[in-house]
Formats: sequence, C-alpha cells, structure tokens
Amino acid sequence: MHPFAYLAPTTVKEAVEVLNKYGDKARPLAGGTDLLVKARANVWDLDAVVDVKNIPELNKINFDSEGLTIGASVACCHIYENEQICDEYEGIVDAASIIGGIQIQSRAGLGGNLCNGAPSADGICPLIVNNAIAIIEGPNGKREVSVDDFCTGPSKTILENGELLVSIFLPKPKENFGSAYTRFIPRNEMDIAVAAVAASVKLSPDKNIIEDAKIALASVGPTPIVAEDAAKSLIGGTISDELINNAASLAKNAATPITDMRGTIEQRKDLVEVLTRRMITKSIERARG
Amino acid sequence: MSSSKINKVQISTKINGQDYDLLIPPYMSLLDTLREIVGLTGTKEGCLDGNCGACTVNVDGRIVDSCLVLGPEVNGKDVNTVEGMATPEGLHPLQQAFLEEAALQCGICTPGFLVSAKGLLDNEPSPSEERIRHWLAGNLCRCTGYDKIIKAVQKASK
Repeated sequence: MHPFAYLAPTTVKEAVEVLNKYGDKARPLAGGTDLLVKARANVWDLDAVVDVKNIPELNKINFDSEGLTIGASVACCHIYENEQICDEYEGIVDAASIIGGIQIQSRAGLGGNLCNGAPSADGICPLIVNNAIAIIEGPNGKREVSVDDFCTGPSKTILENGELLVSIFLPKPKENFGSAYTRFIPRNEMDIAVAAVAASVKLSPDKNIIEDAKIALASVGPTPIVAEDAAKSLIGGTISDELINNAASLAKNAATPITDMRGTIEQRKDLVEVLTRRMITKSIERARG
Repeated sequence: MSSSKINKVQISTKINGQDYDLLIPPYMSLLDTLREIVGLTGTKEGCLDGNCGACTVNVDGRIVDSCLVLGPEVNGKDVNTVEGMATPEGLHPLQQAFLEEAALQCGICTPGFLVSAKGLLDNEPSPSEERIRHWLAGNLCRCTGYDKIIKAVQKASK
C-alpha cells in the first residue's frame, strides 16, 4: 500500500479541518471495504486517511419523532440487528443484509456505500425510495442534500473536498408505507448486482389505492436512477396487475445500462422490468402488513 | 505533502488474550500487522480485496477481513485469530471436526473458515445448515468443496 498517514479525529469539526487541509489527498475511512481496496490499487494519491469511527455522531443510530438518523460509519450489522429499523425500514434492511458477506457487513455501512458512489451500490436505491437526506458538514458549514441528487457519476458524488458525510436522515414512514429492495446476481451471495430495484409505496387507509410511490434502479446507468414516470404511473391508482405491470414497463424504459462482463443491455432492461414488478408487489404486501 | 515523512504509530491491542504494544506503519493492514509484526502467520493472505475470507479474524466479537482493516484501527480492541482457538488441553471442537470430516485439502482457506465458523457458533450454538452456508458465504475454498466444511461446522454445533 502506498504510504499514508492515519488520522483519527474525535469531532466532526476536527475531521472537516483535516479533510480540508489535505484536499483530494485525503479520504475519510469508515468501513474501509471500498477505500482500502482502492488505496491498494492506487486509485488515489493519498497522503492521509481520516478514520471517522471515533466521532460519536458518525456512530449513532437515533430515532426521534421526525425519523431515523443513521451515522455515516454505522456498519450494516448494526442496521439489520436493530429491531426498530427492521420494523420500519424494511427496504433498507433488505440491502444491509446482502452487501458482501458477514465479514464485510461487520464494517461496511450505508454512509460509505453512498460516498463510494458505485452505480451498482446496494445501499443507495433503498435510501432513495425512503426519501433519505444526506447530512453533510464542510468548511462552509452544514448542508443537507437529498440522496436522489447525491451521485453524479460512477464513483462521483456532490461531496466537495473537505466535506464529510455525517449521517443519513430517514423520515418516519407514514401509515401504510412499505419498501423493498432486491438485485439480480448469478450467485446466491457475495456478488455485484447485474441489475437492482428498490420500490416504496404508501397506501390509502383501505389499502387499495397507491397514494405515493418511489422507484429507484441500480446497476443500469452511471448513477442510481430515480424512475419518476414509473412511480407517477402508480400514484392514485387502484392496485391491480395492470397498474403494476405498466409501472414495471416504464421503469424498464428509464434504465440506461451498458453491456459489460456482468450483463448485456437487453438482459439488464428485462431484469429491471421483472424486479420492479416484484418490488412494487413486495412493498404493497409490506404496506398492508 | 507527499514528501513529508510518515511516522510509525503506536497501538495497544489485545491479541488472543495477550496485551501488545506495537509500533507499525499507519498504512499497514491488520493482516500484515499480525503476520509480519506480531509473527502470527496463521491468518492467511488471499485476494486482498474482501472476497475470499482467508484473512478472517475476530475484532471485538465481529468477524472481519483483516486485509481490509488498518493496523491502527485495532488500537484498544480485542483481536482473536486462529492461533487463539486451540488450548493446551487440545484442539477447539471446530478444529477437531474439520480434521474428522476431512474439511480441508491445501489448508489456505482453513484458518479463515475456522475463525468465521467460531464467530457463528459463539453466538448461535445450533445454527441450521442454511444459516451456516449463509454465514460462510464470505469464505471461499478452491479445493475441498463446501459440503465437508459445512458438515464439520454442523458436527461442532450443539
């Protein structure tokens, strides 16, 4: 590994100061499961890594009347072992349970998954359909960015030099809300998505009409894709196979995949249609309870 | 800044129940720290990118790929490796079961499988076969095949 210094600040302020000082020569270290692989491959010319796990705000899971705040360095295992998260944010738990194997889940978290900005990231689409907000601190203070807008290209995000993702805020799910995430991989475990879909729905009190919906696609474009037309087509509709199939077909149209070692354009688009149908159906089942 | 000298860092850690004060380069992985600084070569290097699990160790009760942990990150933590499994009285039940079930051939993956499986059985003494297979998905074996390994873990289960 190319030599770099190891810094372990204990406050957000201190972390932002050192990140700002080093500019693009430093990266925050949370779980390290992407960072250390990339550091070893000399993807960056690093002078320092800034371990952010000693900062209390980045380690916290906190519920309040508004929703859930997950610190940026909270590992997947702490997410799926939290009963309240499992109850309220099922789509998020779907993703946290399938990122890597158990060893990876001991370290990797949603914050790092988001900042790594991979188009195939399992964690980002479920955050999007849960209307997640990224809480960022930087040299110019705090800002909040919708996770919908966080990724700007493969491994590229809106984070500027010196900025640190502190936490992810998830609004409290409304009544009759459900979310779900799945991916297609050729193996059963430990693989990168060929295509993946997250969906969420909010149902009417009689649970027959979709009042709100959101759909996001992974691994079928340079960033996670918010399939707006597909979600809009569901809103106000009475639940039926036709309604769901139509939305799935619109999601397929929103996908802009490439052909690569993991799959072809045609396969990926078809997968999006199938997985969208399944995830809308699953979200509805979960919303109905 | 790239010309500035990078100093070694001092860490205090417990490894297999013994306290260590170590002076290591800050960019050294936990894997290399164990193998090259402490001299515990039971933990193996495989893929170096978190796929194979050969370097699995236990840190504060959680199994991790030690190639994806920096040495300085285990300052103040409790690290357990395959060397900590057997006692003067004999092999750990998992090690005994791996022998009896012939759950290894070349042996490179074995320390990782043992530490992973111990991480499961320490918390869930009677896991289902499905649970064992899921838990061990982060460990790859290229020669024995998984059935014998799964059988060995089942044998060591209660």
